[in-house]
Amino acid sequence: MNFHLLLRSALDDTLGPTLAAFRPELALCATIVALLVVRMFLPRWRLGPPCVAAVGVIVALVLAAPWHYLSSVGMDRAVPIFTGMLTFDTFSVFLRSLLLLFVLLFVMFTQCSGVPREESATEFYVLVLGATVGMCLMVSANHMLVVFLGMEMASLPSYVLAGMMRHERRASEAALKYAVYGAGTAGVMLYGISLLVGALGSAHLPTMAGALADALAAGPLGDRAVVLMLGSLMIAVGLAFKLSAVPFHFWAPDVFEGATAEVAAFLSVASKAAALGLLVRLVVGLGGVADPAGLEALAPVRHYLGILIASLAAVTCTFGNLAAYGQTNLKRLLAYSTIAHAGYMMMPVAAMAFLMGRDPAGARAAAAAVVFYVSIYLFMNLGAFAVVAFVRNATGSEQIDHLAGLIRRSTGLAVCFAVMLFSLVGLPPLAGFAGKFAAFAAVYDAGLISLLVIGLVNTVLSLFYYLRVVKVMALAPESEEHPAAEIPLGSTPGVFCLALTVPLVVWGIWWNGLFTWAQAAAALLVP
Amino acid sequence: MPDLNSPIVFLSLIVFLPAAAALALGFVPGGWGDRIKGFAFATTVAVFLLTVWLALPGGGADSMRFALGDGQMQKTVSVDWIPSFNVYYFLGIDGISLPLVVLTSFLSMLAMAASFTIQRHVKAYCILFLLLETGMLGVFMALDFFLFYVLWEVMLLPMYFLIGVWGGPRREYAAIKFFLFTLAGSVLMLIAILMLYFASDVRKLPQARWDACHLSSDVTARARIDATGEPVHTFNLLALAEMGRLENSPFDKELLWGKSIQWWAFLLLLVGFLVKVPAVPIHTWLPDAHVEAPTPISMILAGVLLKMGGYGIIRICYPICPDAAYELAWLVCGIGAVSMVYGALAAMAQKDFKRLVAYSSVSHMGYVVLGLGVWSITPGNLLATDYWKLGMNGAMFQMIAHGISSAGMFFLVGVIYDRVHHRDLDRFGGLFAKMPVYSGISMVIFFAALGLPGLCGFIGEVFVVLSVWKYSTALAVVAASVVILTAGYILWTIQRVYLGPEYKGPHGEAITRMTRREIAIAAPLVALAIVLGVYPRALLDYTKPSVAQTVDNLAGWMERVKLPELRDRAAMEERARP
Repeated sequence: MNFHLLLRSALDDTLGPTLAAFRPELALCATIVALLVVRMFLPRWRLGPPCVAAVGVIVALVLAAPWHYLSSVGMDRAVPIFTGMLTFDTFSVFLRSLLLLFVLLFVMFTQCSGVPREESATEFYVLVLGATVGMCLMVSANHMLVVFLGMEMASLPSYVLAGMMRHERRASEAALKYAVYGAGTAGVMLYGISLLVGALGSAHLPTMAGALADALAAGPLGDRAVVLMLGSLMIAVGLAFKLSAVPFHFWAPDVFEGATAEVAAFLSVASKAAALGLLVRLVVGLGGVADPAGLEALAPVRHYLGILIASLAAVTCTFGNLAAYGQTNLKRLLAYSTIAHAGYMMMPVAAMAFLMGRDPAGARAAAAAVVFYVSIYLFMNLGAFAVVAFVRNATGSEQIDHLAGLIRRSTGLAVCFAVMLFSLVGLPPLAGFAGKFAAFAAVYDAGLISLLVIGLVNTVLSLFYYLRVVKVMALAPESEEHPAAEIPLGSTPGVFCLALTVPLVVWGIWWNGLFTWAQAAAALLVP
Repeated sequence: MPDLNSPIVFLSLIVFLPAAAALALGFVPGGWGDRIKGFAFATTVAVFLLTVWLALPGGGADSMRFALGDGQMQKTVSVDWIPSFNVYYFLGIDGISLPLVVLTSFLSMLAMAASFTIQRHVKAYCILFLLLETGMLGVFMALDFFLFYVLWEVMLLPMYFLIGVWGGPRREYAAIKFFLFTLAGSVLMLIAILMLYFASDVRKLPQARWDACHLSSDVTARARIDATGEPVHTFNLLALAEMGRLENSPFDKELLWGKSIQWWAFLLLLVGFLVKVPAVPIHTWLPDAHVEAPTPISMILAGVLLKMGGYGIIRICYPICPDAAYELAWLVCGIGAVSMVYGALAAMAQKDFKRLVAYSSVSHMGYVVLGLGVWSITPGNLLATDYWKLGMNGAMFQMIAHGISSAGMFFLVGVIYDRVHHRDLDRFGGLFAKMPVYSGISMVIFFAALGLPGLCGFIGEVFVVLSVWKYSTALAVVAASVVILTAGYILWTIQRVYLGPEYKGPHGEAITRMTRREIAIAAPLVALAIVLGVYPRALLDYTKPSVAQTVDNLAGWMERVKLPELRDRAAMEERARP
């Protein structure tokens, strides 16, 4: 193949399927540029940055067109784009749309709560959108290079976002902690990638899986097995950091407490969703190939990955829930709740790894459960952080005890908050239950009974601390020094919280539609 | 105008009318105290009238009245709900659920009437109360396991707040204890649900039975096409029961430690339901919850919520897992007997009036568990289904009777507590002179709980004791002797509270006669206690056909599947002997 032909085919690929599939990310990039330009030419336009950001995200969402791809017409096969660096399939459509929806809600949220301040608004939204582009890459990654690039693109702006409140000492501390920790784990992960790539001779996930299958079919791996296991463990370190999975969760409570509630919401939802998407991609990418013989040969890999993820999930979930008990600060409590939820959400991924070769339909249901849970989690957690932010704006406090009397001063908001918290527990008929049910069903289907029991015991454990917040809100007498916040449901923050609560109730009862979309998202994923 | 004569409209109306009223109350200003209570009361009355209409005998297939003598599910509704998980909105009633539905709506009405004394946060109280009623009614009608579970859990939150906000001094502790116990129980249930769901396979059922299970055409179509491929799972309780009775039941597969799926499922479900019953040793939430809960909520708790455990055992545990039920019959009966004795002894030791009534509930619900657990097979491999039916009918009767007497007792304790603000049994006495009507009503209700012939408590106890005789003489003796213990603590209570020369406790000046409202609440309970005691057929005519159906199904399975298996085993042991 001569150079001209190579160029020609690359051009065809880029102009053909690639650009069409990559339009949402391009729209985000264009929005970033537009934000900077608007700042330059219209520095006094107060509503400029959020408006431009919101419009850009809406355009990206329209271009992502989940209603088209996830409906019954949909698409029939995954398309490799950028010559196989990324995969474009329903899974990436779903998660990308979810991320964009989240960013849209997030922009509204920041407008309701008044953070960022005017002078730093442009930077804030540029960083958020930049991180979002990185997350979009993560969920469609098909190549180790993109895995690392996407992770870093998502992480770097997050470090800055965590330290956005420059005058707060805690924020600076949080940002530094986050950055140092992130840099460390990123280094470990990169080393792991280099080991895997070196051992398998490619960085392209399907090629790697193929090489692995061939090697496994040829006989025992011998010394190479150690390298491969070490490499994958190191990659797991990087992912565990992003997921805030135990034992790489230390940053989460400190960062969540130091950063503003808005940034904490972004980190706990968007970054987690993207990391889970990437985890699913890696498990599917390394544990599955299209041809049945290869799939059979990869069984030990899937077993290994499944056990690894299942044990991480079990430990993360239990630790998060137990550590949440002692918390007095709402954001720290939610940080541990986030950690626990990362555990719950990893459970169906483990189930998927076990089910993949054995029962493709079950594996697809497990993958669907992951994205289904993530979509519901988006609303619950964003809502919870939104309430924290609004209460902070009204009273200046983020202590749980200072919520006392909220039910009397702002009844509607307190009820919304209670619904969100009970949804986080997973009580029917709220959406959190639907998510947990789908996840636990997948776990049982994969035969992981001990993991199921751990998950359910954790559900009971988690009731205590979520209920404590509700108890303070609803039952405790209001203190004299710290009157509860007064936020009527008719005000903008109130309406925003209500808008996040309604889906939790509606999806709790009619979750078939959303789950059908999740199934569509998983349909092309598992071979 | 939707057709009231179609089951989907009628049953859904019964279940969701309270929820709709609760939603409507959400938009009403909180200051309208009495009007809100009136509206909530009107709603409960309307629901009660609907259920009474449902219970009127003489209906056919096209009317919404109950067809007496038919043991099958009636007035079924099955609509797609979550097709991705084969979940259907599947409701129906039969002779087992109908009495409980009527009891629920009846007690909800009375409890709402008793709630007029509530003064704090009236709006929130009424909303939560109505949501609770929706959950309770739904549980008794749901025939889809998933739907059942969701409605079961729907009751948790309202109950938590009703105890936690409007309760007594230690309300927060009691509320969270109630919440945790019940949630732990329902989590166990969830495991069992997943086990049964993933083990179930509609294709294994003979096609002739599909219609009887009211499987939707969508599911059956898939089961027909997909004869070789993926299994078709279901949450349909009737279909699950049919599968449990198959010769090669899909639930017989081994799951863990040599025990089958149905053994584990039975155990998990049993524990989940026994928490609600509540049976010793998982009953400890009950005395706390009862003592702290406000009077109307105690009435609901004792009158309706406890019945859900018994209902779950009779509707779900036994039909779906007969093999495990047979193996674990000793466990069920043993727990029942222990609860009876322990509850009675504990009741005798109480100083607090409400705690005494609470422990009497533990004891009385023990009869229910024992009656359900009676397994009519004797060592000689003889099937005596009559005793079995007797036991189940007794358990059903006992549930309704206890619903009436315990709700009445809690209400009566509330009446005196409202006046003297204490419940210390040692500081009562002499009430007969000051409150003759109240004391008369109390006598009837307490004697009904005691099991005096001619009142409702008698029938259930006698049925259960008689049926147990065949299963185990020792247990029957224990069960019969509990009647003496019960008489002991109830007579002693009457003596300490109502008899004696004069009242010496605090707030003696506040003791006034029962108000008209209080009499109006207590009178229906007294009337029912007498009617059911004198004319038990009023209830048994409803329960008998469905209980017979349930037992005959189990007996059929016994004859077809279990007895040959037992004979084979016996023969093998015979041969193994030298």
